Amino acid sequence: MADMHVAAVHAHAAPSGFFRRYIFSLDHKVIGIQYWLLGLLAVLIGMALSLLVRFHLVWPDAQIPLLHLLSPTGGKGDQMQPEYYLSLLTLHGTLMIFFVLTTVPQSGFGNFALPIQIGAEDMAFPRLNMLSFWTTFVGMVVLLSTFFISDGPPLAGWTAYPPLSAIGPATGPGEGLGQTLWIVSIAIFCVGSLLGSLNFIATTLDLRARGLSLMRLPLTCWAWFITAVLMLLSFAVLFAAGVLLLLDRVGGTSFFIPAGLVVSDQLVNHAGGSPLLWQHLFWFFGHPEVYVAILPGMGITSHIISTFSRKPIFGYKAMIYAMCSIGFLGFMVWGHHMFVSGMSPYSGFAFSVLTMAIAVPSAIKTFNWIGTMIGGKLRLVTPMLFAIGFVSLFVTGGLSGIFLGQPALDLTLHDSYFVIAHFHMVMGVAAIFGMFAGTYFWFPKATGRMMNETLGKVHFWLTFVGAYGIFMPMHYLGLEGHPRRYSTLTGVEFLNTPHLMHLHEFMTVSAFITAAAQLLFLYNLAWSWFKGPEAGENPWEATTLEWTVPSPPPFDNFAGRHAVVYRYPYEFSVPGAEKDYIMQDAVEEAKKKK
Amino acid sequence: MQSEVLTPAKTEEVLDEGSGHGGPPGGGDFGGGDSRPWSVPARAYRTGMWMALVGITMLFAAFTSAMVVRQGISNDWAHTTLPRVLWLNTAILLASSATLELSKRVLATNDFRRFTAWLDVTAVLGLAFIAGQLLAWKELRGRGVYLATNPSSSFFYLLTAAHGVHLVGGITALFYLVTRARVGASRQIGTLLPIDGGRPVGASLEGQVVPGLRTPVEVTAIYWHFMDGLWIYILILMMTRL
Ligand code: HEM
Ligand SMILES: [Cu+2]
Repeated sequence: MADMHVAAVHAHAAPSGFFRRYIFSLDHKVIGIQYWLLGLLAVLIGMALSLLVRFHLVWPDAQIPLLHLLSPTGGKGDQMQPEYYLSLLTLHGTLMIFFVLTTVPQSGFGNFALPIQIGAEDMAFPRLNMLSFWTTFVGMVVLLSTFFISDGPPLAGWTAYPPLSAIGPATGPGEGLGQTLWIVSIAIFCVGSLLGSLNFIATTLDLRARGLSLMRLPLTCWAWFITAVLMLLSFAVLFAAGVLLLLDRVGGTSFFIPAGLVVSDQLVNHAGGSPLLWQHLFWFFGHPEVYVAILPGMGITSHIISTFSRKPIFGYKAMIYAMCSIGFLGFMVWGHHMFVSGMSPYSGFAFSVLTMAIAVPSAIKTFNWIGTMIGGKLRLVTPMLFAIGFVSLFVTGGLSGIFLGQPALDLTLHDSYFVIAHFHMVMGVAAIFGMFAGTYFWFPKATGRMMNETLGKVHFWLTFVGAYGIFMPMHYLGLEGHPRRYSTLTGVEFLNTPHLMHLHEFMTVSAFITAAAQLLFLYNLAWSWFKGPEAGENPWEATTLEWTVPSPPPFDNFAGRHAVVYRYPYEFSVPGAEKDYIMQDAVEEAKKKK
Repeated sequence: MQSEVLTPAKTEEVLDEGSGHGGPPGGGDFGGGDSRPWSVPARAYRTGMWMALVGITMLFAAFTSAMVVRQGISNDWAHTTLPRVLWLNTAILLASSATLELSKRVLATNDFRRFTAWLDVTAVLGLAFIAGQLLAWKELRGRGVYLATNPSSSFFYLLTAAHGVHLVGGITALFYLVTRARVGASRQIGTLLPIDGGRPVGASLEGQVVPGLRTPVEVTAIYWHFMDGLWIYILILMMTRL
């Protein structure tokens, strides 16, 4: 390898105790996998909740066996109460957005791969890293604990709009202790994310191997870096909002509660606050947050598409600048979630123009992905399929965003199924596809074994078609005026038509099929972990540093060696080179050229 | 565990750009490099600290904007007259920044005794500030001004508490540094306690400070001075009537 003539090479052994090695580990690879597993648990629970919700929408009167065990009141007689529907919806959204979409693409994959890709032994602050993970873990425990308190989980949605979320038990089941625990959980989550993000930033800026300039950084690292910056700037604001909301609930303050509010025939003893203040604070966090969820997936997708097209990524620098401008503009568009809040039409216009502006870098990225594939020697392995699926979903979801970004159209589309379709496509499923792509891609590195390709491909096609089956019809429902967050709409004449009900049925059936397809993934994962064929150092013939070390990598990644980087990360099909890829730390060719 | 400072690669050839593992070695999280024997450049700690301060800035920026909006939209805002003791507290906090600077200076001259003494003084001043803030709360309560009395008082308690919590973090860091330095010094002969990535810390036989403490002290000082500035900002914010 490149630095053969390093005088002393010391390999460092992992700590030997089980707890230090696997539980309270300081090793970024272990922590990354811990985050990944935490996300897996969250996604499985979140998915189960969504299936309950979908089932109820279609068969509102059907009994769901054992539901009363989940909640004696909410599932009285195994029948889902309307409020309980909202609670399940709230927990679904909260688990998915925070503990899956924020946790896995950034903290999971980022922790696992970033230090190796930049040639470092670990993150800059390993203890802080461990602390971030366990903080996040506690946050999730607190959130899930709401299932086991008599109050039940909160029902104010993942956006927790006041006054519903601010007043207490009077506003419904789950709005007592449940809502308070929700805020505490999210505040804890914020702390974990903030600690994690500063670690990512310091690691990327200060721990890069020699020769690895910023303009030689893999796009994955760029994505994790920009995401970390977004997290740092946005989660602190959510934390502040959470503190204010908590004080309104338990401290008697009135930040968000207006005067003269009557709840259950009782005048609320608060005055002067504004629910809109919460919306501003929340969406100032919330819009950057959606990019926190998607940017790592963009990085992974760029990386994978280049690798399996056997071509340098089209427009490497453009990709970086696009991510930077997405991150930057992302802080100026939060108002597009509030078009109908009564804001001045001038503000609405400004937010709309800025929102449209984000479509430009998004389109640049999309064209560059396509441009990379055009003329490439495509290798359609499972990670590549999921990366292509990511592009498809991102485009589909992004297009509906352009409709929502028009204040005039948003008047009718707001809070309808159209919005659900939009963000599930562009954020939910696209980011999940990014995670699948990353999992299939780095699994060999993490475990030393390959995942099964056939199962992977079947998994991809079922999930891809299934996801479109679930979410495409929602656009139509939204256009028909179907509002979101209602458990049943049987009383509403114009929505209770057979063709809309059939659409609902279709979506629910798609959801169950798609969920079942995930069993294939789980089976593949478990089987391959123990029985998969040996992966070797570089099964994908990729170029970045993590593929220069054994699979799984040694405890200190480079076994005491100091990686030195001589090249740009995507040197595929270089004319005159003996193979169709050149590793980032390959020195010979560089010398030859001179 | 014994530390092994790794020799950086000596491959100078094609290294046109890039950062590399330069700078003095730091080590894992200041916590003693028991299982992390490789080095982390000191500037990573500075970057980490500055990023933490960026996060804290955003936190207080959010509180500020909430305060401005809350004040603007309502007609129930009654300005809270600030307790006098706040001026004393401010003086104490400013003094603590000065003593911390002194301690940093002495560190450069390797005078272990005076170095730890100034750190002690800083920490005590920090505690005095917190006590003074509690007095301010007491005075307000005596006036019948509580958290929920008025939006203005809500923000008073909120901002002072949020700042106080962060300052307590700083005090903890100071005590940690002093303790590590002292313990290191008392065990100096033979076994120096490793801190800062396995590099021994404390005083050498000649009563000189061993260099491993520099980065932690410097980073703590950045934080401490920032808390100082943040307090001045909060004070001005609470004095202003918009
Ligand atoms: C072309 C770019 C995009 C545009 C123009 C756009 C526009 C919008 C608008 C205007 C809304 C508000 C709709 C309403 O509530 O009435 C919205 C909602 C949303 N968007 Fe986008 N969006 C874009 C891309 C994205 C991306 C990339 C993500 C995530 C990765 C995303 C995630 C979301 C989410 C989660 C919501 C709904 C939040 C909620 O109310 O629960 N959007 N989008
Ligand atoms: Cu948005």
